[in-house]
Amino acid sequence: MEFRKHFALLAVAFGTSVLSLSAAAAEPLKIGMILPMSGPFASYGKQIEHGARLYLQEHNDTFAGRKVELIVKDDTGVAPEISKRAAQELVVKDKVHILAGFGLTPSAFAVAPLATQAKTPMVVMNAASSSITTKSDYVLRVSHTLPQITAPIASWALKNNIKKVFTLVADYGPGHDAETQFKKTFTAGGGEIVGEVRTPVKSPDLAPFLQKIKDVKPDAVFLFLPPGEQTVGFIKGFAERGLAKAGIRIIATGDLTEEDQLDAMGDNALGIINSLQYSEVHNSPENKAYTAAYYKAYPKDRPNYMSVSGYDGMQLIAKTLEKTGGDATGAKFMAAAKGMAWTSPRGPISIDPETRDIVQTIYVRKVEKVAGKLQNVEFDQVANFKDPGKQ
Amino acid sequence: MTVIFDGIASGMLLFLISVGLSVTLGLMNFVNLAHGAFAMLGGYIGVTLLNQAGVPFLAALPLAAVATALVGVLFERTLYRRLYGATHLDQVLFSIGLVFMSISAAHFFFGAQQQPLTLPDFLQGQINLPGLDIGIYRLFLVALGLVIAVGLQRMVSGTRFGAQLRASVDNPRAARGMGINVERIFTLTFALGTALAGLGGALGVEMLGLDPTFAVKYIVYFLIVVAVGGSGNIKGSLVASLILGIFDVAGKYYVPEIGAFVIYAVMVAMLIFRPQGLFGRAASR
Repeated sequence: MEFRKHFALLAVAFGTSVLSLSAAAAEPLKIGMILPMSGPFASYGKQIEHGARLYLQEHNDTFAGRKVELIVKDDTGVAPEISKRAAQELVVKDKVHILAGFGLTPSAFAVAPLATQAKTPMVVMNAASSSITTKSDYVLRVSHTLPQITAPIASWALKNNIKKVFTLVADYGPGHDAETQFKKTFTAGGGEIVGEVRTPVKSPDLAPFLQKIKDVKPDAVFLFLPPGEQTVGFIKGFAERGLAKAGIRIIATGDLTEEDQLDAMGDNALGIINSLQYSEVHNSPENKAYTAAYYKAYPKDRPNYMSVSGYDGMQLIAKTLEKTGGDATGAKFMAAAKGMAWTSPRGPISIDPETRDIVQTIYVRKVEKVAGKLQNVEFDQVANFKDPGKQ
Repeated sequence: MTVIFDGIASGMLLFLISVGLSVTLGLMNFVNLAHGAFAMLGGYIGVTLLNQAGVPFLAALPLAAVATALVGVLFERTLYRRLYGATHLDQVLFSIGLVFMSISAAHFFFGAQQQPLTLPDFLQGQINLPGLDIGIYRLFLVALGLVIAVGLQRMVSGTRFGAQLRASVDNPRAARGMGINVERIFTLTFALGTALAGLGGALGVEMLGLDPTFAVKYIVYFLIVVAVGGSGNIKGSLVASLILGIFDVAGKYYVPEIGAFVIYAVMVAMLIFRPQGLFGRAASR
C-alpha cells in the first residue's frame, strides 16, 4: 500500500515536471549569486545559499514553469573588485537573467552600476547600507537596512526607562551607521548619550572599553560589533567584570545575537534586548514549516536571518516571474517586483514600490533559553517599518 | 589600577601566544609566519577536547600543546627541514602558504562560526579589591605566563640543550663537528615552538575567540612582540609584551579615539631607540 502510494506520487511528480518543461519550452532561468563563500564572512554566504537552495528545492527548481539554474560565485567578503569581476562574468559569459546575493555593502556598491548597464535585476540578500537601493534602478532588497533594525531598539529603550546610554560600535561603515541612527532616534526622544566609543575592527582585547563603561555607569550600553570574536569577547567580559550585576543592560541590533552566533556566546547572552526582522522561534505556521525544512536539509546549522533573506530572495524572484509569465527581462521584472507582498517566515513583508527596499516588521526580542537552546524570544514589534535612512 | 592590571594580563596573553614565535623565529632563525596556524590548531584541539570529549580545561591545555607539537614535528620532518638553508623570502612564502591552507582546512572541518568555550567555574569571575578588579582568568594567564617565561629563559641560557641549540643556529657546521645532532636539536626546538603556539592558542580562545581566520588575524601582534622584544630573547618578548599590553589597554581606556594606534606608536618609538629590539643582539650575520 505504502509503496504504491509513493509510486503514484512519484509518477505524478514526474509527469508534471515533464509537462511543465514542455509547456515552458523557454530556456532555463539563470540566477547568478555573488556571495562570500570563503574568508571571514563565509558564514553569511553559507546561510544565504542554504536559504536560496531550500526554496529552489521546495519548488523542484522551477519558477513559473521555467527551470532555474543557480550559479554561485565566491567574492571572499570585502573585496569589491572581485564582486565586480564575478558579476561581469555572470552577465557576459554565463548570461544570467538575475543577479543575487551580496553579503556586504562594498560588494553591492561595486555591482550596482553593472546592473544598470546590463538592465539586470539585482536582488540584495544581506548588504545593509541604506543607500544601496539608490545606486541603481535595478536593485531590490529583501534583507534589511541598518537604520531599519537600529531605530526600533532606540525607541524601545526610551519607552522602558533607559535614559543614559553608552554607545560602543566597531569603527567601520556599518558601525557608524548604527551609531548615527541610534543617537538620532534616542536623543530625539529625550535620551542622553553618556559616552561613545568606536572600537578598532581588529582589537584583541575589549577590556579597556568594558572598564570604561563600568566606570561611567550608564543605564545601558548600545552595542554594534561585527559578529565574531569581538561580540563573544564583549559579552563574556561584560558578565565577568560584573557590569550586568551593576545594573547595566545590553541593547543591540539583533545581528549581535543571531542564531549562528548565540551558541558561541553561551549563557552570558541571556537577557540581551535586541531588534531584528527574524528569529528562529518566530511564532507562525510559515516559520514552523521553514525551520523544519531547514533542519531537514541542513541538520548541522541553525536557520538565521540571512538564510531567510536567501529564501525570500528566491521567493521574490519566483513570485515576480509568475506575475510576468516567466519573463525576466529587466524592465518587466522590475515593474512586477515593485509592491510585491507576501508572508515570509519572518512575517509579512513587501517591496516598497518607490525605494525598492523592503518593508517589514521589526521585532524586539530578548535572549532566553527555549528547550535548552538559546533563542531570541520576540515580545514587542514595530509593524510595516520602512527604512528610516531614506526619510 | 584595574587598567594597569588589565594591561598586564593583556600583555601576558600576547606573550603566551607569541613566545612560540620567539622560539622558532628568534632562536631558529626561521621566519615562521605559520605560527598563528599552529596556535589556531591548538585552539581547535583544546575546544574539541573540552566540548566534545568532556576533558577538563586544565587537562585540555597540555594535551592541546602536545598534540600541536606532534603535528609540528610532522611538518618539521617533512617540510620545514628543507627550508632551513633557504632565504627568508622563501620561508615567508612557504609559511604564509601553510597559513592559507590551515584557514581552508579549519573552515572545512569546523565551519566559519566562532567556537564556544566555557571556562570552569573556578576560573570565572572577578576578585574585587578596593580600586582594583582582578579577573580570575586574567590572573591565571599572568601566573602561567611568568612560569613559562622563567622556565624558557632557564632552558635557553642555562641548560646543555640551550647551549647546543644556540651553537646549532649560529654555526651548524661547527656544531655538527662538535658532535651535536643538529637535526634532532632543530626538531625538538620546533616541537617546543609549536607546543607553545598550541598552548597559547588554547589559552587565547577565551579572550580572542576562535574561527578559521585566527591564523592570520593576530599575526601582526605576534610579529610586533618579536620585533620589539628582540629575536630569540625570552626576557625581551616578555618585557615587550607587557609594555605593549599596558600601553594598548591604557590607550584604549584614556584616548579611545586613537586607541588602536597606540600599540604601533609604541612599537615605532621603541624600534627607533633599539633597532635590534629591547634585548636583541646586534645582527651577527
